[in-house]
Amino acid sequence: MKFIRVILAIIVLSAITLLFLDFSGTAASAWSFLAKWQLIPAILSLNVAVMSGLLIATLLLGRVYCSVICPLGIMQDIVAWISRRIHRRKHYSYSPAISWLRIAMLSIFVILITLGMASIAAFIEPYSEFGRIVTSLIKPLYVDANNILAANEAADSYRFYHVDYHVALPMVIVGATTFLIIAILAWRGGRSYCNTICPAGTILGYLAQYSWLRPMIDHSKCVSCGACARKCKASCIDARHGAIDYTRCVSCMDCLDSCSKHAIIYAPRTSARHHTHDHEGETAPSGNSTDRSRRDFLTVGALLAGSAAISAQEKIFDGGLAPITEKLKPNRRTRITPPGSVSHRNFSSHCTACQLCVTSCPNNVLRPSSDISTFMQPEVSFENGYCRPECNTCSNVCPAGAILPLTREERTTTQTGHAVWLRDACIAATKGVHCGNCARHCPTGAITMVPVDPDKPKGIAIPAVDTERCIGCGACENLCPVRPYSAIYVEGHEVHRSI
Amino acid sequence: MSPHNDSTIISRRNFLRTLGAAGISASILACKRKAGIDTHEISSSASQSSSNAGTGPMTMRENPSSGDRVSILGYGCMRLPETTNASGEKIIDQEQVNHLTDYAIEHGINYFDTSPVYCKGKSEHAMGIALSRHPRNTYYIATKLSNFAPATWPREESIKMYRNSLKELRTDYIDYLLLHAIGQGGMESWNNRYIDNGILDFLIAERSKGKIRNLGFSYHGDIEVFDHLLEMHDKEEVKWDFAQIQLNYLDWHHAKEINPRNTDAEYLYNELHRRGIPAVIMEPLLGGRLATANDHVLEEFKRRRPDDSVAAWAFRFAGTPEGVLTVLSGMTYMEHLKDNIRTYSSLEPCTPDELSMLSNAADYIVKFPTVPCTACQYCMPCPYGLDIPAIFAHYNKCINEGRVPTSSQDPEYATLRRAFLIGYDRAVPRLRQANHCIGCNECVKHCPQSIYIPGEMQKIDAYVEQLKQGTL
Repeated sequence: MKFIRVILAIIVLSAITLLFLDFSGTAASAWSFLAKWQLIPAILSLNVAVMSGLLIATLLLGRVYCSVICPLGIMQDIVAWISRRIHRRKHYSYSPAISWLRIAMLSIFVILITLGMASIAAFIEPYSEFGRIVTSLIKPLYVDANNILAANEAADSYRFYHVDYHVALPMVIVGATTFLIIAILAWRGGRSYCNTICPAGTILGYLAQYSWLRPMIDHSKCVSCGACARKCKASCIDARHGAIDYTRCVSCMDCLDSCSKHAIIYAPRTSARHHTHDHEGETAPSGNSTDRSRRDFLTVGALLAGSAAISAQEKIFDGGLAPITEKLKPNRRTRITPPGSVSHRNFSSHCTACQLCVTSCPNNVLRPSSDISTFMQPEVSFENGYCRPECNTCSNVCPAGAILPLTREERTTTQTGHAVWLRDACIAATKGVHCGNCARHCPTGAITMVPVDPDKPKGIAIPAVDTERCIGCGACENLCPVRPYSAIYVEGHEVHRSI
Repeated sequence: MSPHNDSTIISRRNFLRTLGAAGISASILACKRKAGIDTHEISSSASQSSSNAGTGPMTMRENPSSGDRVSILGYGCMRLPETTNASGEKIIDQEQVNHLTDYAIEHGINYFDTSPVYCKGKSEHAMGIALSRHPRNTYYIATKLSNFAPATWPREESIKMYRNSLKELRTDYIDYLLLHAIGQGGMESWNNRYIDNGILDFLIAERSKGKIRNLGFSYHGDIEVFDHLLEMHDKEEVKWDFAQIQLNYLDWHHAKEINPRNTDAEYLYNELHRRGIPAVIMEPLLGGRLATANDHVLEEFKRRRPDDSVAAWAFRFAGTPEGVLTVLSGMTYMEHLKDNIRTYSSLEPCTPDELSMLSNAADYIVKFPTVPCTACQYCMPCPYGLDIPAIFAHYNKCINEGRVPTSSQDPEYATLRRAFLIGYDRAVPRLRQANHCIGCNECVKHCPQSIYIPGEMQKIDAYVEQLKQGTL
């Protein structure tokens, strides 16, 4: 049983990690469903199929979700396993459930979500925490390795190609802090995060009490040696009383092998010949340390969020080429959310900031926001690329319903914002330069070049934006020759429209 | 019989089968006539040849209306060799013209095409000198009534031009007389030049007198005139003994892309052929454009026929249709003359497989002309930061290597698309790519090759967009 669990867990963890690392679109098209199987995103996106699937699985098998589907859970198992390999003597011990903290955390989570503050709730959402860890800590190394391979590749080979990937400092801090906290908790106490803070763990825990299959102690064989409790990373086996707290058991099957008397079996509760006590003890809270570090982490994150928007500026000077000034983000009055996000409201109330869309975006358009109200949620900006008409990647990968799936046709008719022309900055208007690069690249033909002098139809022309046809893709902003601030930029719309 | 001769016969058998009955009699006669001719010079250069070019006699075609046996290679006298005289003026190098003419006649060429306007009006005179040194019945003279200037539209002026041709060419009859470049100027010009002044009737009368052995026209431009002339033929108002059209493997299907005024050679040829009017072919090399090829096409050519020049493919293509009487080539240099003689002695018509290969090559050439950038860097630095030579280098490289997908239906589309786009990002940083060209035209005045750089940039950008959006 344990063997199956470990194999499945390794497969799922590798696949989800690859999903976040891969930039070629292969993983996103092949197994982005793994992201959609995640509990909280499925609830946020009202994915009935996944929700009922997980409900049935939990009612049948217990909290197997936490052991084989949740990447953060599997990650903790690995950390805990390493810690037990290093400190051989170290063992777990039973601790009473801290139910008030679990309920409190879940309530806060639910309230934040209902208030549309998913970006704050996201701090304790396990799947997106994992996403942030991978995209901020591992992906930069992965991309660097790829780029080294790409740089050393033979001229006629196109296996590897250069990719631009930048993580802003606040995200690295968030990712690193998340990882440290989770890893320390797992190192010391196995699944303590899952059984005190994680909202998914709490929801599934209370369901798992009623699961059909469960580990049960055969009291006729049990000698109360406590070997199983020492092996239980969820600290849920009360060996002294021969009871298992099923709200905390993640069905890892470790206890089954630990019992020399074969007194623990994984079997249907209906066949329970041997009574097992359900344990509902309430003891003094032991989650103080966790809470404190969480508070620290929030403070650090918030402090750095504002200051660290200055990302490393890439300056390329190569002799005969004119230097190019980096583009800077314009001061948008209304932010832009990705096509498919329907509205700001829908977006901020669903997005758990897992970064899957950010890491999947092939055009470098999405990045985590450093704005405090939408912190870590992706934002759209066009300094490094624009939202290309043929691309609907983010809408296909989003598991949480924050970006709903769009076909390519729908994508090109979804208006996420509109272009605003700045006469004073435009070189056609101020310097009399023939340009029209915005009009030439507008995928919907929303920009017309209008001659300044009506008598000279071929003379200098300035762009006129038909805001009804503009979809806010940012091609004009990205390709505008004026730097660092483009002479045409996109203002977002709070509610998206179809044109 | 030596193996060498064996192979000649086999190729001749193929060739005869292809040519059909008319060709058979012509070539057998030609064979007899040419027996013992000095082909040493030609065949020695081709002794290791993969093909049988240069190993047989010049292919001959028969004109059904006059029974003339015309060499498939015709000598175009539009670009006769020049030299500089004592006072520094460019004049026709008569000595070289004589030499080329002698060599051509000696190797079976018997059709010489000139006009009163060629070589600043000196072509007829020079050819008159060169040709009159040979018996008049060993060659055919083609010249034209080139009454383009309104001053030559009056009947007397046109007749004067015709009579002058006879004088310059030192002959009392013209084998092939063409109404020159009908279609230029449309129906109006046609009426002015030939109908209203009664010149067409005059020329028809000259034909019945035997002064003109074959009467035809050369066509450029307005298709209405071409169709009108064929309608006249259908109504038996006039019988055209031949017609001269532009034909090559680009013009066969892509005439409009090369010049919007032109019409596909396939149409022109078929219209003539179904009426039994033999076609004289001009521009088989499309002004020299088909004498070179990009690497991708070249590779295919060389793989199939390693010893043939690029031009040879164009000449074989032009000579392949059975209704072609002769293919004109303006051979200024002996090397061209020799190469063409080799191609047509004897002509191996293109196989259906080769024709389809040439058709693909034409699609490719028309769609993807390389940019003649020499990377001299004069245009740099671009004020908007583009790396102009690098963009052209990548584009040309892909075209030359044949690694440019022409449609999403290409079997290798996905691979080629990937290679093109990744290669583009590798060759040129994204911020320096073609989509950043705003068309300020700053570079245009610096380009010694007169490349319209912004136009090329936008073309490349549009192509990249097609690849990226998958709309190719």
